[in-house]
Amino acid sequence: MTSELFLQYLFAGITYGSIYAIVAIGFNIIYNTTGIINFAQGEFVMLGGMLSISLHTFLPLPLAIAIAVIITMIIGALIEIIFIRWLESPSVLRMIIITIGISILIREAALHVWGEGVRSLPYFNGNEISSIRILSTNVSPQVLWVIGVCAVIVVLLSLFFKFTSLGQEMRACSSNRLAATLCGINTKNMVTLSFMLSAAIGALAGCVVSPITYTQYDSGTGLAIKGFTVAVLGGLGNSMAAVSAGLLLGIIEAFSIDIVPLAFQDAISISILLIILFVRPHGLFGSKEAAGLKEF
Amino acid sequence: MTLLDVKNVNKRFGGLQAVSDVSFTVDRGMIKAVIGPNGAGKTTLFNLISGNTPLNSGTISFNNKKIHGFKPYQVAQCGISRTFQNIKLFHDMTALENVMVGRHTKSRAGFMAGMFHLPFTWGEEKEIRHKCLELLELLEIRELADVEATSLSFGQQRAVEFARALASEPDLLLLDEPAAGLNIYETAEIARLISKIRSQGITVLLVEHDMSLVMDISDEIVVLSFGRKIAEDTPREIQQNKEVIQIYLGDDDVEN
Amino acid sequence: MKTQRFIPFFLLALVLAGLQFLTQITDTSYYLTQMTMTAYYSLVIIGLCLVMGYAGQISLGHAGFFAIGGYTSAVLTTYNLIHLLEKGNSFVLFLAGKGLLVNGENLYGESLLYVTPWLACILALVLTALIAFLIGIPVLKLKGHYLAMATMGFGIIIYRVVLAWEIMGEADGISDVPGFTLMPGITVNGDFSNRIQNYYIACTILLVAFILLQNLIHSRVGRALRAIHGSEEAADAMGVNTARYKLYTFVLSAVFAALAGIFLTHYNGGIGPSEAGIMKSVRYVAIVAIGGMASMWGTLIMASVLNFLSLRGLFGSYDDAVFGVILIIIMLFAPDGILRLHIWQRFKKFKTGK
Repeated sequence: MTSELFLQYLFAGITYGSIYAIVAIGFNIIYNTTGIINFAQGEFVMLGGMLSISLHTFLPLPLAIAIAVIITMIIGALIEIIFIRWLESPSVLRMIIITIGISILIREAALHVWGEGVRSLPYFNGNEISSIRILSTNVSPQVLWVIGVCAVIVVLLSLFFKFTSLGQEMRACSSNRLAATLCGINTKNMVTLSFMLSAAIGALAGCVVSPITYTQYDSGTGLAIKGFTVAVLGGLGNSMAAVSAGLLLGIIEAFSIDIVPLAFQDAISISILLIILFVRPHGLFGSKEAAGLKEF
Repeated sequence: MTLLDVKNVNKRFGGLQAVSDVSFTVDRGMIKAVIGPNGAGKTTLFNLISGNTPLNSGTISFNNKKIHGFKPYQVAQCGISRTFQNIKLFHDMTALENVMVGRHTKSRAGFMAGMFHLPFTWGEEKEIRHKCLELLELLEIRELADVEATSLSFGQQRAVEFARALASEPDLLLLDEPAAGLNIYETAEIARLISKIRSQGITVLLVEHDMSLVMDISDEIVVLSFGRKIAEDTPREIQQNKEVIQIYLGDDDVEN
Repeated sequence: MKTQRFIPFFLLALVLAGLQFLTQITDTSYYLTQMTMTAYYSLVIIGLCLVMGYAGQISLGHAGFFAIGGYTSAVLTTYNLIHLLEKGNSFVLFLAGKGLLVNGENLYGESLLYVTPWLACILALVLTALIAFLIGIPVLKLKGHYLAMATMGFGIIIYRVVLAWEIMGEADGISDVPGFTLMPGITVNGDFSNRIQNYYIACTILLVAFILLQNLIHSRVGRALRAIHGSEEAADAMGVNTARYKLYTFVLSAVFAALAGIFLTHYNGGIGPSEAGIMKSVRYVAIVAIGGMASMWGTLIMASVLNFLSLRGLFGSYDDAVFGVILIIIMLFAPDGILRLHIWQRFKKFKTGK
């Protein structure tokens, strides 16, 4: 393998990996406050992309993206308020089925609004063929956008959780819900907030990646499975580990193109998911003892 | 005659030595109790015997057969039955059905026999039902047979759990804090039932911190503190044992 | 007691026959096609009901088992072995010698040689059981979200494989699957003249499977399964080998799904990748949930009604959306299924004086 090809693969891997990481972090945020895996997580990414594409027909790009993110955020909040907030200690099975139902609804709504066609946002800078020379290879500026935006999301999120009182309240919620309630934190609002946050970062990721991967009404499902793989790989609930796990999966996928036909690409990451679930359900970086205390 | 033999058993959780070097035996036909303050390792010891927790070292034998390292269902198949501290009845099933599940190890109809409703299962089902109704009778809850188990009162649920554990005709019955969550009347009732069970020839090992229950009904008591056995004797002797009073009851007078 | 048990099944058989009679007198026998397909889909769903409602394990990959059955049978009964025979392949010669191959001719007069549907059916069932067994061992150790994702992952892998594998016809699927002659005069195929016969074949299979499952859930095994659902730890302590029971249940329901796949493939004369799709699996789960999880009768009724309406195209392009909506509404307001709303339970409690 030439060093140029190697770098090409590496950049492709990092690009996809950052998106997986964002989806995984979306899973983790909701999982931490509620103990629910939101099967509709991938749909937020799709919605962000689709909405911004539609809005961009009459709005400038930055504004279109901003509004798309806000709309998705509101949809996230509505989902929580309508479907989840008022359920009293629902079983895991029930929550799985409800969020699957929600993902179907969003997908089908998207199908009727936008059709089956493949759409995409224009490149943020230049076009498909413009490139920037990095190290010894040419990289599309959009790749840098994706990596950059994902990095900023991760940094902002960790600052938010560490230093703002809202972020700290959310963390309190995730470590002990009852204790948080007793301290006067409105845990229900925190759950709504977690859905909004997940929806927002998913939508933003969906916008920046749209020029490269394109957006289709059903592109959420694949992302959800990969995002979940990454979340499990890093240890469910551990957002920082999800970043490394995401990059790892992205890079593995990129380099496996040489060995495995494209059609079986998805099968690769799902096989990784299955293997991880069987061998190390607490994740590559998680501790077994801590995982034993969690309720899956 | 020794039924259960626990020898030099150790269990660590990370840095915590939950059970260290505990040995004792349970003779056939007796009621033996394990007591100790909270965190003494009673429940851990219990889970080691029932197979829910693997032990680090030591041996546990039952009827002269090694049972440590067995899975819970294998321990059950050897003839050890148990109840749970926070009652675990099967919801959406009647009291009778709950008890009938307890008969699992004493019956054999499998998937094929069940699906094709083979003739040998007819008699078997009849026998299971008959035996389980008898047990409900023994525990004085016969009239509750067709009531959904989880809708019963706490004391009644406890009795159903006893019946379920007895349905497998165990040699040894393990009771995990049978008086937990019961008021004094219900506790007295449970004590009476336990004595009744023993009179059926079943050996009982119970973990408990309700002193009144333990002192009244047990023949021998093992006292644990910080994972170690500090005494093993009759209730009368245990009540006089200085070390036990010191560790278990603090400096207060013995009230029970 | 004995005869009483069979009254509901007898009534069910009567209703199924009555429906056929109804289509005859109202001259709507074109409904029979969808009714036959409904019966096969219901077979998958009652099998899944055993896993979900009784053993308490979710499976989002049952369309995968349906597809393994259907595709295996389709491939074996359409793959032309004539060239292998001409080349003198000893295995093909052996099969031919045992009478396990069938001769045929296609539209262009080429001679065909393929595996007999009986052998294909048995191989497909064995393969499905084997895959379910091997997948089940690790998968069923998982719980909750992990189990859901793992079974869904399995389903997606099967979908990708049938979509990408040339022998499976890729996006087009497999067509021209021959009929399956069960015994002389009784053939599973889509022939117009065979419609009534096929309706009864499908209903008989469904009815027999339903009775077998009803027997099972009222047996010692059924009790053990419900116990696992109630409290796995307590079931374990009662001597129930929970891992084995869950595994056998999983394999059994996979075999039911495969059986449905095989027969439906012969009936339709083909199978396409959408049968393996994740939406199919979700739909099966949805119907079990609507039927009330632990209610075989509820599941059977809901499976028949909803599948039939869906196959008739009543929901139009909103087909999947309808199932999504139903799924959410049921899970929000009646997690025990619509046939088990609280009214009946209150009545029961009232009667027992609680």
